[in-house]
Amino acid sequence: MEVMNETVTLTNKDKFLSHFDLIDFSMDEDFSSDARKEAMELIQWLDFPTSKAEYWKYTRVNKIIKGNYKVSAPENEIEIDLSVPSKNCIVLINGYFSEELSFFDKTEGIEFSSLSDAKKSNSILGEKFNSLVKKDEIFADINSAYHQDGAFMHVAKNVQVEEPYYILNLVDDSNIVSNPRNFIFIEQGANAKAVLKTINTGNTGSFTNMVSEIFVEKNAQFEINKIQDEAEDSFQIATEQVVQGDDSTFKINTFTLNGAIVRNNLNIDSLGKNTMTYLNGLYPLKGKQHVDNHTYLLHREPNGESHELYKGIMGDSSTGVFNGKVFVHKEAQKTNAFQSNANIVMTDTATINSKPELEIYADDVKCSHGSTTGQLDKEALFYLRARGLSKDSARAVLVNAFASDVIEHIGVEAVKDEIEKYIDDNYHGIK
Amino acid sequence: MLQGLADVEKVFQYKGMKEMQTEDELIEEITNSEYKYGFYTEMDSDQAPKGLSEVIIRFISAKKNEPQWMLDYRLNAYRIWEKMEEPEWAHLGYEKPDFQDLHYYSAPKPKVQLDSLDEVDHELLETFKKLGISIEEQERLTGVAVDVVIDSVSVATSFKKKLGELGIIFCSFSEAVQEHPELVQKYLGTVVPTTDNFYSALNSAVFTDGSFCYIPKGKKCPMELSTYFRINEANTGQFERTLVIADEGSYVSYLEGCTAPMRDENQLHAAVVELVALDNAEIKYSTIQNWYPGSKEGKGGIYNFVTKRGLCMENSKISWTQVETGSAVTWKYPGCILKGNNSIGEFYSVAVTSNHQQADTGSKMIHLGKNTKSTIISKGISAGQAQNSYRGLVKIAKGAANARNFTQCDSLLMGNNCGAHTFPYIEVSNQSSKVEHEATTSKIGEDQIFYCKQRGMDETTAINLIVNGYCKEVLNQLPMEFAVEAQKLLEISLEGSVG
Repeated sequence: MEVMNETVTLTNKDKFLSHFDLIDFSMDEDFSSDARKEAMELIQWLDFPTSKAEYWKYTRVNKIIKGNYKVSAPENEIEIDLSVPSKNCIVLINGYFSEELSFFDKTEGIEFSSLSDAKKSNSILGEKFNSLVKKDEIFADINSAYHQDGAFMHVAKNVQVEEPYYILNLVDDSNIVSNPRNFIFIEQGANAKAVLKTINTGNTGSFTNMVSEIFVEKNAQFEINKIQDEAEDSFQIATEQVVQGDDSTFKINTFTLNGAIVRNNLNIDSLGKNTMTYLNGLYPLKGKQHVDNHTYLLHREPNGESHELYKGIMGDSSTGVFNGKVFVHKEAQKTNAFQSNANIVMTDTATINSKPELEIYADDVKCSHGSTTGQLDKEALFYLRARGLSKDSARAVLVNAFASDVIEHIGVEAVKDEIEKYIDDNYHGIK
Repeated sequence: MLQGLADVEKVFQYKGMKEMQTEDELIEEITNSEYKYGFYTEMDSDQAPKGLSEVIIRFISAKKNEPQWMLDYRLNAYRIWEKMEEPEWAHLGYEKPDFQDLHYYSAPKPKVQLDSLDEVDHELLETFKKLGISIEEQERLTGVAVDVVIDSVSVATSFKKKLGELGIIFCSFSEAVQEHPELVQKYLGTVVPTTDNFYSALNSAVFTDGSFCYIPKGKKCPMELSTYFRINEANTGQFERTLVIADEGSYVSYLEGCTAPMRDENQLHAAVVELVALDNAEIKYSTIQNWYPGSKEGKGGIYNFVTKRGLCMENSKISWTQVETGSAVTWKYPGCILKGNNSIGEFYSVAVTSNHQQADTGSKMIHLGKNTKSTIISKGISAGQAQNSYRGLVKIAKGAANARNFTQCDSLLMGNNCGAHTFPYIEVSNQSSKVEHEATTSKIGEDQIFYCKQRGMDETTAINLIVNGYCKEVLNQLPMEFAVEAQKLLEISLEGSVG
């Protein structure tokens, strides 16, 4: 029996990997080719996770890996109004860099380009590329081995920018598989913001396997807003690997709006002292969506502080998963870590699986976590209706209020407006 | 945590003033406190050869003069167990027991049929005296019926007559197999199926004895039923089987407490406890577990791999309360299957680990019926090099409309070489249920100690008071007879600092 399973899995893996056979990597730089070779080697020994693996307990990847995909660089110019509220935007189409759609406003001390361009000249990349990715995760390794392109962002020492930098990942065809790869390096004392957004223009059956490596150096501040707007029957696995230096602040806001199966692996190694970390997430689900948010936060040095807030609204037949882990190392005394997950289940066919974890090896800490699952408060609904609001409006007000705890963390006005609008549009008139 | 402050005076009277100690000294003391109950009673015993096979199972079954159905049940379990693998998911690190290097049967030699306590082995009675729970005293003073289990076979049962008048059956498991086979056959394995897990399968194959309890319809058991377990013979795996059935509208409070002698080799204990609460019934099951935790260096100690589960039918209630201070390794998740509408499950736990002890414990609440409610209160205290994990599951099925769960698990860390972890699983599949989970981890607040010291307490008394207050929610759930012993065990486990 076991032997049979193995054969089937191997076939699946080979079949999946064969999608990448036609990509030409011959122009790649040496260090990047080495990383690819190493990852390919690793993939040979790894298998796709099954629900038996604790880390993938609530998410099945079968549908994802059995898809019939193609890899294609867009040939025609696509017409899309991106209306990006920024002077800097990198656009990736199906995993490839689009020179036509991207635009830059040269700023002193900031390098913002495609990853492939940066590979040719940037020394930090040569030194740090692929250093954060966990080697035993097959999807991250597949990205390391077969990524086509991605975004590169480097903010030099003490450079402060208020304007957000946009990385748009477009999928404009059906059955596309892509491995976008981003590299972000915020140097000492710098302060920057970014928006990482996936847009699927309504095509079917695609799979985006994105990996981002993010370095936030000593005393730096960085905020990234991640918006996942996949097509209704497309898949995404997004992995962020983050390291934080002394006195740094890192904030990530994750908004999962669309996609049949979306899995987020957010891993933060807080390596420095006095670090501040914010992890926020909002997953308003509908249809048959399955969204799985995994976060791992490691406090390795003393005096760190972290705040994690994930909120979900499960409608229709959707499934939400939250698995957040806070790990406090023995040396990380005086750590304050707070983790919270709140969920609203709207129907009897929706499900939430929540698993907030604390693993603590230092005694002088304050750590807590909470997880709640419930409904819109009946008394609050009654209160609003008594003041003349229709049932729909009253519900919309409450959903808005529920989501606002997360939305208010967004430091980019345009993103804030976008998410607020999304909630308004989608939760007015719900049953 | 300051809720215990009202008890300031009591603590003063109880403990008296102690010398001033620094926190470090206290932690040192906690870590150094040795197991108090390490002695070994010499008794003749009747042992099966080492190892596990069908032959051994037939031997156990024959020895106990069991009917064919019981033997078949065991053999079936053994065949299932053979195919299973030891679970490795728990946050525990230990050397796995060699299942072929254990004795699966050992019993004190039956001398004569025992009618009164006078006939009980003198040394056995001495053992209980050392533990401070002499049977006579229990019988006379507390009105508790004690079904004494030493090395797997019941040797004394008291208050049987009184219970018999009410139709309550309280006897050793082997006696139940002989005398009430219809009840055993009907309920054995219905809550914890043989296939449930590795240790429950092992237990089903080789269990030697345990307790059986049946409360008939509408009857309220007038006394707390209690059993004391004790592992005595070297290298003896202990496989207890407990089955408690509360028939419609009945009530029973069941106590279980354990201490074990000091021993160098690791001893395995894999018990299974099944509770069945039929419509409108209530079962209260309290445990104090104080088996040998191993030496200060982490040598020896009991492996405690227990499967405990209750089944609740309509309007019934099962309440688990446990104070866990012993064992080198604990793997235990008492739970409730809330099958009937309006049923209630509760779990109250204090788990103390010090030195090299490891515990992975928590509760499972499976909500199937409508309007079911569950509460989980778990307090972990970790000192020395110990690792203490809470692992729990709250599952709300689609049909469990209006289900409600509240979970709180707090961890207290003493010293910088221990760990406290929380791994809750929450699965909700309907729109009308409410589930709340909260957990905190911290050390004893310096401000709290300061507050107490300001009022003239020394540090020891202050820590006593705070820990007492911290555990109070759980200790309050224990029946009176047990509450005293529980406090005594906490005191021993966190010697010098906890009252």
